[in-house]
Amino acid sequence: MTIEIRSAPHIKAPRNVAMIMRHVVFSLMPVCAFFVYQYGLSALASLLVVTGSCLLTERLFVKTGTQAGDISDFSAVITGLLLALSLPPAFPLWMGAVAGFVAIALGKALTGGIGFNVFNPALVGRAFVQAAFPQAIATYSPSFLPGRFSEFVPSSLAWPLMQPADLMLWLKVKQLDALAAATPLARWKFEGVLAGAEELLTSLSGHMAVGPSPLLILLCGSYLAVRRFLDWRIPAAILGSAGLTAWLLFALSPERFPNPFFMLFSGGLILGAVYMATDMATSPVTPKGMWVYGALIGLLTVIIRYYSGLPEGVMYAILIANAATPLIEKVTQPTPFGKSALAKIGHAKRGASYPLHPGYISREEAHAVTPKKRFLWNKPKRDERHKPGEHR
Amino acid sequence: MKLVSWFRGEAFQRGVHPPSCKLTAHTRIRRLPFPPRVIVPLSQHIGKPPRPIVKVGQEVVRGQPIAKAEDWLSVPHHAPVTGRVEFIGLKPGMRGPWVESIVIRAHPGATQEDLWGEPRDLSGASAQEILQAVWDTGMVGLGGAAFPTHAKLSVPQQAKVHTLVVNGCECEPYLTCDHRVMVEQSDDLIRGIRYAMRATGARRAIVGIEDNKPDACDAVRAAIARAGTLPEGEIHAEMVPTKYPQGSEKMLIMALFGVEIPAGGLPVSLGMVVNNVGTLAALGRLLPVGQGLTERVVTITGPGVARPGDYIVPIGTPLSFILDFAGAFDAQAKEVILGGPMMGQAAASLEVPITKGISGIVVMRAQDMQLDRERKIYPCIKCAQCVESCPMGLNPSMLGMLAAKREYDLMGSRYHLGECFECGCCSYVCPSNIPLVQQFRVAKQILREKAVARKSS
Ligand code: SF4
Ligand code: SF4
Repeated sequence: MTIEIRSAPHIKAPRNVAMIMRHVVFSLMPVCAFFVYQYGLSALASLLVVTGSCLLTERLFVKTGTQAGDISDFSAVITGLLLALSLPPAFPLWMGAVAGFVAIALGKALTGGIGFNVFNPALVGRAFVQAAFPQAIATYSPSFLPGRFSEFVPSSLAWPLMQPADLMLWLKVKQLDALAAATPLARWKFEGVLAGAEELLTSLSGHMAVGPSPLLILLCGSYLAVRRFLDWRIPAAILGSAGLTAWLLFALSPERFPNPFFMLFSGGLILGAVYMATDMATSPVTPKGMWVYGALIGLLTVIIRYYSGLPEGVMYAILIANAATPLIEKVTQPTPFGKSALAKIGHAKRGASYPLHPGYISREEAHAVTPKKRFLWNKPKRDERHKPGEHR
Repeated sequence: MKLVSWFRGEAFQRGVHPPSCKLTAHTRIRRLPFPPRVIVPLSQHIGKPPRPIVKVGQEVVRGQPIAKAEDWLSVPHHAPVTGRVEFIGLKPGMRGPWVESIVIRAHPGATQEDLWGEPRDLSGASAQEILQAVWDTGMVGLGGAAFPTHAKLSVPQQAKVHTLVVNGCECEPYLTCDHRVMVEQSDDLIRGIRYAMRATGARRAIVGIEDNKPDACDAVRAAIARAGTLPEGEIHAEMVPTKYPQGSEKMLIMALFGVEIPAGGLPVSLGMVVNNVGTLAALGRLLPVGQGLTERVVTITGPGVARPGDYIVPIGTPLSFILDFAGAFDAQAKEVILGGPMMGQAAASLEVPITKGISGIVVMRAQDMQLDRERKIYPCIKCAQCVESCPMGLNPSMLGMLAAKREYDLMGSRYHLGECFECGCCSYVCPSNIPLVQQFRVAKQILREKAVARKSS
């Protein structure tokens, strides 16, 4: 009999990188499906082309050995889907392909592949096209257009290196309200029109151009958070801080600033908070760091939206916070067990004398703290036997 | 999150929940027959190895001292079988390198009764006398640390001990020897606790038992009731929520009292002494009869074992004999783990013997390990699972990255590498399969060597 010698631990939790990524992709499926339902063929083509471009690029770099990781780990799919969801639904397909290439090549492969990226690849891709094609990225097509499943929005099929056909003209020809082709944020910023709650939440009413449904994203994100595939602290911190900042400003001058609800549910804030900012490689690993990081993103988003020329602020807020992540992590290292303020005061050294320590429980106190009281919430598990080999 | 773990009723923050796989929790402890020869390594515990006091060719009876303690952190050994000393010299040890051992060939008709030692009355003994008696048994921590028990029970002069914490948290998956000891030897355990309380001066003992073994808790409570009011003080049995690594004394004290032992400090600075249930039950059995430790309860289990169970095994029994007896060879055993699967060590050879500190033998088959081999190692994706699970509150992700860059000094000075007690939670959860604990072990070793070099230069 030959035996093997490996090092402890000899068992392993069933989770691996591909599995985590797969779950994120699964959770994105309902969001994508609804996106396609909203915008029809154009959105579907956009999702496919951008994701395909990401996958091809990833394959290219993995094959040439420029980056670590593997095409089978699904991380490029996530990048592609998120990038497509953050672009306007009828974004010209060739530009989408460029965005996908840039996202993987600049955002990921350049720094060494999965885990080594500093910036969220999807946002790198989006930032690039935002700079390169500012006009196309500001052009939203309205949702629920009649005939959206039988024909493309013309801008989708623009020739490479050409500017897309004018969406407004096309809408006029189809006798639709051209106003609807501006996002709620842009309408508020440039025209001073506030969208209502119902429109924002469900994106079901009229021909609004609101992008993927925020409610659905929240729902899918909660699934991930419950299964612990993403850290709930980051979205909580972002939404909390954005909501708080917006509410403060709203309270100061309600006529200049929109209500916090509008802030939270318009534009890409929810998508950014749930799926982009929680990108593992570019967010801090320390729990305290996650709060700081999230709070920073929330604050920056509101400030950019209010005080810059851009209607949308989430993307830059997350990219800035990505850059700050190493610093945030550095100052928010967890406190090791036994080094908390309480334990530190009477720090006892091995072999030295044993001073009584403030955490010292006298006999009387110890009797008062009966251990049982602390575990009211915990119900004993009676029979927790597992089959052999159940672990991996 | 403190709030989250409080709400869930968890005893301490972080930690992991590996599937428990306790196959042998409801089978009685059985006795293993004598092997043809036993191999007693001299160094079975933390501290200096004792000096042999028998010669090759000498006849020994079971229970007779065969090695004498040299100094305070050393314990004597007793002959596990009646027989003849065949060889004193180097034999393969469990860690790979050869170690000084005494080999005894058993007489074919040898009985399992201890022939050495005589009953004595310890009821009026002072703390010093009890400590001496504990030392004479050659007892070490049977939970796996193998720290000499008399040293653990002796309280430094400046310190005052009020509580004896008895560790009944067998948190390693598969292992059930402490569980069975609590169920079947609860009266011995109470007796052992009383000795330990007298040795340390503690007026109260708390047995912390994880809530996945309610029958053990019931048995211990029944034994406490049978013992009635004790002159030593009171004994309680308390359930704590199940979680790995609660078997660590720091985590157990946190779970029971909600206080942190200061980093670098010992439980005694909080007025507590921690001992394992197996150790105290063995003391309760050995002290009144004046015998030494010649056997221990070992869990022999795992998917590669046909007849898993808890066995009383003579110290020094070779692994191959035990595995044969438990039916491990029929089942394509592939890896033999000494101890539990989270912290245990893979046996380097099947000729190595059971020592005082081995609480379990877990045998894995090839197919149980298959998936592991298919898994490739990814770069750290910073998923924070390891940070979330490290019971010591370290940042294994950062430590791992520094280890890859060989920044060992930084790991020690800024990121508290010294606090890591190699529980393996971080490696267990890491989805990238990064061998974090192994890296930390190497790093700690290098730091130790550097410190030694600095001192000597
Ligand atoms: S092995 Fe060390 S670093 Fe890893 S979880 Fe355990 S204590 Fe933390
Ligand atoms: S668990 Fe592994 S992959 Fe995740 S942060 Fe820790 S070291 Fe990195």
